[in-house]
Amino acid sequence: MELYHKNIRYRLENLAVGFVLFLFAVLCVYPVLYVLFASFSDPMKLAQHTGLLWKPLEFTLEGYKVAASYQGIWKGYGNTILIVVSGVTVNMCLTVLAAYVLSKKELYLHRAMNLFVIFTMYFSGGLIPTYMVVKGLHLVNSMLALILPVAINTWNLIILRTSMEEMPKSLTEAAKIDGAGDWTILLKVVIPLIKPTLAVLVLYYVVQHWNSWFNAMIYLQSREKYPLQLFLREILVSGTSNSAASQGFDMTELDQYKQLVKYCTTILATAPILCIYPFLQKYFVKGVLIGSVKE
Amino acid sequence: MLKKIAQDIKKYKSVYLMAVPVLLFYIIFCYVPMAGLVMAFQDFRPTQGIFGSSFLGIRHFTDFFKDMNFTRLMRNTFLLNVYDIIVGFPMPIILALLLNELRGKFFKGGVQTAIYMPNFISMVVLCGMILDFCATEGVIGGIMASFGAEPRNLLQDPALFKPIFVVTNIWQYAGWNSIIYIAAISGINTELYDAAYADGCGRWKRLWHVTLPGLFPTIVIMFILRIGNIMTVGFEKVILLYNPLTYETADVISSYVYRRGIYEGNYGYATAVGLFNSLINFVFLWGTNRLSRKLTDQSLW
Repeated sequence: MELYHKNIRYRLENLAVGFVLFLFAVLCVYPVLYVLFASFSDPMKLAQHTGLLWKPLEFTLEGYKVAASYQGIWKGYGNTILIVVSGVTVNMCLTVLAAYVLSKKELYLHRAMNLFVIFTMYFSGGLIPTYMVVKGLHLVNSMLALILPVAINTWNLIILRTSMEEMPKSLTEAAKIDGAGDWTILLKVVIPLIKPTLAVLVLYYVVQHWNSWFNAMIYLQSREKYPLQLFLREILVSGTSNSAASQGFDMTELDQYKQLVKYCTTILATAPILCIYPFLQKYFVKGVLIGSVKE
Repeated sequence: MLKKIAQDIKKYKSVYLMAVPVLLFYIIFCYVPMAGLVMAFQDFRPTQGIFGSSFLGIRHFTDFFKDMNFTRLMRNTFLLNVYDIIVGFPMPIILALLLNELRGKFFKGGVQTAIYMPNFISMVVLCGMILDFCATEGVIGGIMASFGAEPRNLLQDPALFKPIFVVTNIWQYAGWNSIIYIAAISGINTELYDAAYADGCGRWKRLWHVTLPGLFPTIVIMFILRIGNIMTVGFEKVILLYNPLTYETADVISSYVYRRGIYEGNYGYATAVGLFNSLINFVFLWGTNRLSRKLTDQSLW
């Protein structure tokens, strides 16, 4: 009898835990769902509506049509993809090299190089001196200004170093006996073994470049080079978009469309990332080995 | 020593070759800016550069202490972090503990996907959403209206800036930060759980005697790192959200550095303010680390 009661209590507790987490999950997702529903809504209906939304108000693609006619979106998309592809390539090459070097315990400079890198996690020159360096290198108004200063994220480097250190030593030893050099070991033995961690890092770097706007704002001068996030900032935050102005709407109509276009561009800019991360979710835990930050 | 290094380089030629671009990156983009901190002690003029500008000593620092914005900046920066720590630090831990009690694999995965999502939203989009929801005709205004309150633009109310900032921070990062604790929990020896189970420990006893002690080192390290950022507020969110009406409660040191430095070209002064900020952080990091080593035996170094 007592066991029975215990069982019921246990199940009730489980239910309560599940409910609390479900509630939190809904709170996390709902704001984005709201934007999604709003983006498929009729602009007039949306303007009259107040409060929460649980489905699109009269499903229509009107907003997306107007948003797509705004040249900035496509230019921004193109530039962002260019920056992401080249930036992440640089990120991954350098991070892999760095992690391999730092994980080599037999180097005489092993500890010195590790300290050299880790110190930068705790202390940095800060915004202005970094800005002056980029200026001094004549990278202003060049896409390289968005790639080189963030070529290695030290957190990511430490994560990768740790996963290389945790690999069984015997594998690299065996390759060495077979006469393999360091490049061969890195490319043929190490990299295939840490693919999940590499995948997570690629995701982190992609997200970092995709979402970054501040460096673009301070370093880029010509609109031709603006990434998507800067055009988004104009539309969402400063409210200076005139995408619909050229289309001959009257003023109130323009206002309503402006609102709708905001929701549509938000979805267009966010959807790609939100569609990839769930596939790598099970590897996220590999990306947080905290103990290894300690020196 | 130099001889040893030379020998080592000869022996591991290809490894040191790999190190070259890496070290170049760290030197150019991390250590040169650190050296650039001398600007904080100079009457820096871009035309004359670091070597041509005249030396000022600590004038910029004393100027900052006398700056009419000094108390406001210090207060806002500190308070935003204190609120964020009080509400935001325990949240990921609680989430991880709750997730650990969840049995259904499918449901658990779904919850995790949902709570990680906000982390992938860009700052611009997040702030766009906050501006939209908090506007007079926004969602929150609509809900307020249905309760009979007068809808207004919440971001123009100085008293609400900090709550909005902290709540949205938690929304964005609490789920994501729980990963670290989930990883730590999965590292706890399962034999301990089996032993506790055999001893007849219930859920709460296992939580209290096995899970929490197992999590403790991670919690301490995360706390040290967090306190080491006690004066760090991401300026991106601030400069996207604030407006002249809310400067009083919203302006923080980093946004001020941005305004004075990049916007107004006051490089020396802005560098000094930024350096002052990192020094406070460093002192707090060092202090907490020391205290923690004494009290808990856990420390970063």
